[in-house]
Amino acid sequence: MAVIKLQRPKLNFGEKIYFGALIKGFFLTMTHAVKSLRGKSAGADSLASSGLGVTMQFPEQRWDEHLPEYYRGAPTLVTDEQGRERCVSCQLCEFICPPKAIKITPGEIPSDDPWAKVEKRPKEFDIDMIRCIYCGMCEEVCPEQAIFLRKDYLITGLKRADMVHDKDKLYQIGGVRTGLVNKWNELK
Amino acid sequence: MPDLIQIAIILVKIVALTFLVVLPLVPISVYFERRFSAVIQDRVGPNRVGIPLSLFGFKKDFHFFGLIQPMADGLKLFLKEDFTPAHVRKTFYWLAPVLTVAPALITVCVIPFGSPITIFGHTEKLVIADLDIGPLFVFAVSSLTVYGITLAGWSSNSKFPFIGGVRSTAQMISYEIALGLSIIPVLMFFGELNLGKIVQYQADNGWLLLPLWKNGHFSLPDPQTALFWIPAAISFVIFTISIFAETNRMPFDLPECETELVGGYHTEYSSMKFALFFMGEYAAMVIGSALIVTLFLGGWSVGFTADKWIQGLHIGGFHFGGLIHLTAFVGKLVVFILFFILVRWTVPRFRYDQLMKLGWVIFFEAALINVFLAALILAAPHLTIAILGIGTVLLVVVTAAVIWVAKVSEESPKILRA
Ligand code: SF4
Ligand code: SF4
Repeated sequence: MAVIKLQRPKLNFGEKIYFGALIKGFFLTMTHAVKSLRGKSAGADSLASSGLGVTMQFPEQRWDEHLPEYYRGAPTLVTDEQGRERCVSCQLCEFICPPKAIKITPGEIPSDDPWAKVEKRPKEFDIDMIRCIYCGMCEEVCPEQAIFLRKDYLITGLKRADMVHDKDKLYQIGGVRTGLVNKWNELK
Repeated sequence: MPDLIQIAIILVKIVALTFLVVLPLVPISVYFERRFSAVIQDRVGPNRVGIPLSLFGFKKDFHFFGLIQPMADGLKLFLKEDFTPAHVRKTFYWLAPVLTVAPALITVCVIPFGSPITIFGHTEKLVIADLDIGPLFVFAVSSLTVYGITLAGWSSNSKFPFIGGVRSTAQMISYEIALGLSIIPVLMFFGELNLGKIVQYQADNGWLLLPLWKNGHFSLPDPQTALFWIPAAISFVIFTISIFAETNRMPFDLPECETELVGGYHTEYSSMKFALFFMGEYAAMVIGSALIVTLFLGGWSVGFTADKWIQGLHIGGFHFGGLIHLTAFVGKLVVFILFFILVRWTVPRFRYDQLMKLGWVIFFEAALINVFLAALILAAPHLTIAILGIGTVLLVVVTAAVIWVAKVSEESPKILRA
């Protein structure tokens, strides 16, 4: 390995005295202070600042409309346009989930159900939002396009139990998604 | 009976000045520290803690710009577990936090907070103990804080705190000298060690760094005072920087530098004991600024010849000018604390050898030469031209020699073997 000898830069007298640099530093910090008090910090506009620095003050102001298309929020279950639960409880997502946040109890669809030919749907489907790391693996692995990461990010609770999203909650957040998987349609 | 009244008055002064003026300044400076640093870094800082009216069904919370944040912090520290590790030396471990706070608060007693107030014909000075050795007392007591820090480092019985404690000792010793030497010119100028009288003199004859009035009238300073401005300014710079080092504030906070020493001397402390260290640091900062303001910036005096008039204000027999002066003093103090904070967020931390070099090679010599310069200027009217000339030449020679020595000492040693 080649040895590189670094030469320290030679400082001139002004730099050695150090006071000039101090004064420059004060000017720099004070300019920042004044600018941020006037709400004119660099980037204040594009970051939708609250008028003090570049910070957006959270509960009053939200970043929601700026969230990018690919934002990964809470994983949710979706129904299709006919109101059918898309999930067939294949449990692939349960197995792929890195922190083991998903717990599925598979159930059978009774034969008198209009969707009897799908045969399976989850009886229970819990996602523990304390464990979830919003990686999106579940969405990627799902063969039925049944689980999606939505843009919800405010997931709070007062106890651990509150943080477990059960099936109802998941469908409630997830809503309806159309298209993509049509193999279970009447027409087919 | 009069003795009892005297004691009562002193007690009232202690409580009022320590607990109602200085101690509240500690949380306020913590608040300013956080808000000001936030503003410098384009952030907002703590602005939420207040009275949660919305809990009681009101529409909006009261948050006073977050001014209550330090109290919430204090409460948090109170409620935290006070954990004493098994491996510490208990007595000293318990003693150390007290030893950092107590000296800082004791020094309060010689600081003049305002001009005397008169009630019912009884004049009372706004200083707890009107000592004739003010600055000496402050140095003597405040240098005790180093024991707190060193004991904390040693008694924690673990490596990082120990290094922190040792560093702090070395730092305090090095800067104490520059600190003491740097105010000698000031004391020579006033010919007085009583802080109260020093401030009174500045109120009448112009602040040390702003000598623009004399005997209550605007006037340009006489040549001697004008010349003395130079050593005074040098003193001011050295004194201020040494105070930074004494209080372990940012450019010199090596005893607790987080990047190298985890938390420095208070690594093993938790809860209220940690809070005491924290408070001690800020109290020392408040006292340090108070001393600087008192010696160089006119203490409680409002300046610009307004002081006589303010002292004369009264309602009946109640001369309340002192209270206005108290406000002026606290105002100056807050401004200086803001300066402390600005420095903290501007200047990066020094390396340890740079710190030592600054203390021993630069400030010590500079302060020493400054003493002679000040002496020469003060004695000039009594000396013949010849002696003055010799003195000046000597001073220049000595200065040049010192600069030369400092320069030589900086050269890296020759490598004997390649
Ligand atoms: S959500 Fe998708 S991957 Fe998970 S069990 Fe249902 S169908 Fe399978
Ligand atoms: S997003 Fe990742 S962690 Fe969360 S449930 Fe899906 S697979 Fe598990």
